[in-house]
Amino acid sequence: MTRREGLLDGTLILLAMLAVWQALYQYAGSAALTPPWATARYAVELLGTPTFWGHATQTLSAFAWSVAISAVLGIALGLWFGAFRFAGDVAEPMLASLYTIPKVTLYPVMLLLFGLGPSAKIAFGVIHGMIPVVLFTLGAVKNIRPVLLRAARSLRLSPMQTARFVLVPAVLPEIASGLRVGFSLCLLGVLIGEMFASQRGIGFLIINGINSHNVKLTTAVTLIVIVFAVGANSALLALDRRLHHRG
Amino acid sequence: MTETAAHAVLRGVTRVYPGTSQVHALGPIDLDIAKGEFFSVVGPSGCGKSTLLDVLAGLNPPTAGTIAFEGEPVAGSVPDGVGVVFQEDASFPWLTVRDNVAFGLRRLGMDAAEVTRRVDYAVGFMGLADFAGAYPAQLSGGMRQRVCIARTLVLQPRLILLDEPFGALDQQTRLLMGDELLRLWRETGATVLLITHALDEAAMLSDRVGVMSSRPGRFIDLVETGWPRDRDSRIVSDAAFGAITARLWSSLRTESMKAIGRG
Amino acid sequence: MTRSTRIVCTRWGVSLGLILLLEAACRSGVVPTLAVLPPSEMFAAMLELLSTEEVLANVAATFSTVAVAFLAAVLIGFAAGVALHGLPRFRRAIDPLLASYYSVPIFVFYPLLVALFGLSALPLIAIGFLAALPAMLIATLLGLDRVPPVLRRVARMHRLGSARTAALVILPAALPNLFQGIKLSLAYAFIGVIAGEFILSGGGLGYAIAYAYESFDNRTMYGLMLFVLLSAVISNTLLSTWESRLQRRRWRA
Ligand SMILES: Nc1ncnc2c1ncn2[C@@H]1O[C@H](COP(=O)(O)OP(=O)(O)O)[C@@H](O)[C@H]1O
Ligand SMILES: [Mg+2]
Repeated sequence: MTRREGLLDGTLILLAMLAVWQALYQYAGSAALTPPWATARYAVELLGTPTFWGHATQTLSAFAWSVAISAVLGIALGLWFGAFRFAGDVAEPMLASLYTIPKVTLYPVMLLLFGLGPSAKIAFGVIHGMIPVVLFTLGAVKNIRPVLLRAARSLRLSPMQTARFVLVPAVLPEIASGLRVGFSLCLLGVLIGEMFASQRGIGFLIINGINSHNVKLTTAVTLIVIVFAVGANSALLALDRRLHHRG
Repeated sequence: MTETAAHAVLRGVTRVYPGTSQVHALGPIDLDIAKGEFFSVVGPSGCGKSTLLDVLAGLNPPTAGTIAFEGEPVAGSVPDGVGVVFQEDASFPWLTVRDNVAFGLRRLGMDAAEVTRRVDYAVGFMGLADFAGAYPAQLSGGMRQRVCIARTLVLQPRLILLDEPFGALDQQTRLLMGDELLRLWRETGATVLLITHALDEAAMLSDRVGVMSSRPGRFIDLVETGWPRDRDSRIVSDAAFGAITARLWSSLRTESMKAIGRG
Repeated sequence: MTRSTRIVCTRWGVSLGLILLLEAACRSGVVPTLAVLPPSEMFAAMLELLSTEEVLANVAATFSTVAVAFLAAVLIGFAAGVALHGLPRFRRAIDPLLASYYSVPIFVFYPLLVALFGLSALPLIAIGFLAALPAMLIATLLGLDRVPPVLRRVARMHRLGSARTAALVILPAALPNLFQGIKLSLAYAFIGVIAGEFILSGGGLGYAIAYAYESFDNRTMYGLMLFVLLSAVISNTLLSTWESRLQRRRWRA
């Protein structure tokens, strides 16, 4: 497929989605959502208000913290579990299980432990985002082909050189994939956190809009969240693909 | 070789893989394979051997030219009476060895007792009797390939196409499997087209060996071995064997160099 | 003792140890009992709650919502996966959407779903469905992608028609991925429904937990929470066990 065709298809899909949106609006009415064009205009308007940015800053900072903590802890734990095969084999299904539980039920515990401030949101983001980072890192280390290490030894590489030229390039693509998934889930965790028992942040704006039947606000903020999530995710996906092609 | 009716006939057969970078993989090829003949194809890797097999089996259409099997044109589907053993591991991982081998017979609606009889025979013939209840994942690569061979043989095809079936085997097993193949060929009277990269294998097993050029593959030499029908791997010590292998190699050497980019 | 039994034993040991550790931490006051209930009491609370009619009604409501969402997601996700696999160009076009799907918290669509379906069980079912659908769809695509091409050629050599090729060759070959999709779909449907109940709706287990939190009823909250988590872990473990039983011989290498 040529680049032009890809662009054309992308545009068509976008138009189709806008058409579905418009049709939903026609069907469900303004009590449910606002139409595309009006929503986009209001979203742009929102982006110019300090109130919105007050909430956005809250969310973004909690998000940034939870991504940073998930990344550091997740990679460290993943490397550790990967290096100690037995510990890894014990932990992997437990982590996978943890990944599939409805973590939202744990949010009250976070609130009880951390109070109503941003720490509970950050902790909640971390529980969501860290597990995939651990699992991907663990998988990457476990799946290094032993022959690569033997090749490094036969080339008389020092441990530092082995790490620099063999280990890191071998595990990096998988870790990047884990970070991408973790990134998305951190955002999900933080937003859910803000939707419950919170007075600030984007999640709060959405839930507040829902509760006060401010459809215009809800739809516009939702649009902003989706555009941000899809945009960031696509950028990370492109990076991810580059790394994997090389690896 | 005595003159018998041609079992498979290829005329001007060419295959170009469609797509943005059209790959001219094969031909044009003219070839008659006699009924009951053991014909082998050797050639440098990537020269179009598997492509030839696909086209002859009706798995892929030729871009130009015609193919006939038992006088009927081959077009669009695998004709009845043609059995193929593929180059890749094609065993079904979810079936035991026995069920893998029985696969084709059950599809034909044969009664269970007859299926069991034929399957047991084929499984034994391929030396898999002790593994009849095993799954492919429990077998070595060579054993899996034997499962695939058995799965095709139970169908009693009149034309058997084999694509490097012994590639995963060690040299000793390969010679013995060659003997088994010869025995099978004699017993069933089937026509065999064997693709191989091993010149000695081709020289030992075949009535006739076709040597292919580098891509696009064409026959640059057809070597008649003149072996009696009743032969086995012991002919490798025959003086004629060395001569045939030498002739195959001298035809192939330049082409093989082209294939690795030193033409 | 083989290595795998040692692993399983260690896993149980670690789990038990963590529970005992939490118990000790709560009992000794390192973790304030006001914040976290000792596990033994959580468990007792869970058993008590499960004998009340009200909680059982909530359990029934949540589980039936999850079941409907899950089944619909598996069936439709599979069908959509098959269809999409046959339309490579369309698939490439919507690929970025699939890849970004789980980065959007779907229950922001709850008000829209309420407006579409009214205040019934349907919006929650829809949320569970939307959470689970892509998992099944993506697993189906992956499964079909990974069917070795040579197996399709074997089917043609046996002169199978397209229906028999699908039933006897493609489906069994894709089964490991399909099973993975089914497992994930159940987990995601459960996650979606519970989260929807927790944040937005006025019923079901998720709501009961949120309500207990807001009325400072920690005993109820922890009892229900334990029940939800155990349900998720147990159902997931059961599916995994069944899966590995199906796959064991097959992939034992
Ligand atoms: N599906 C395909 N599309 C494009 N090119 C192909 C395809 N299959 C094979 N080729 C090309 O055709 C040539 C012949 O392939 P093949 O018949 O498999 O060679 P051989 O079996 O002799 O090694 C090779 O150059 C290969 O890259
Ligand atoms: Mg080949």
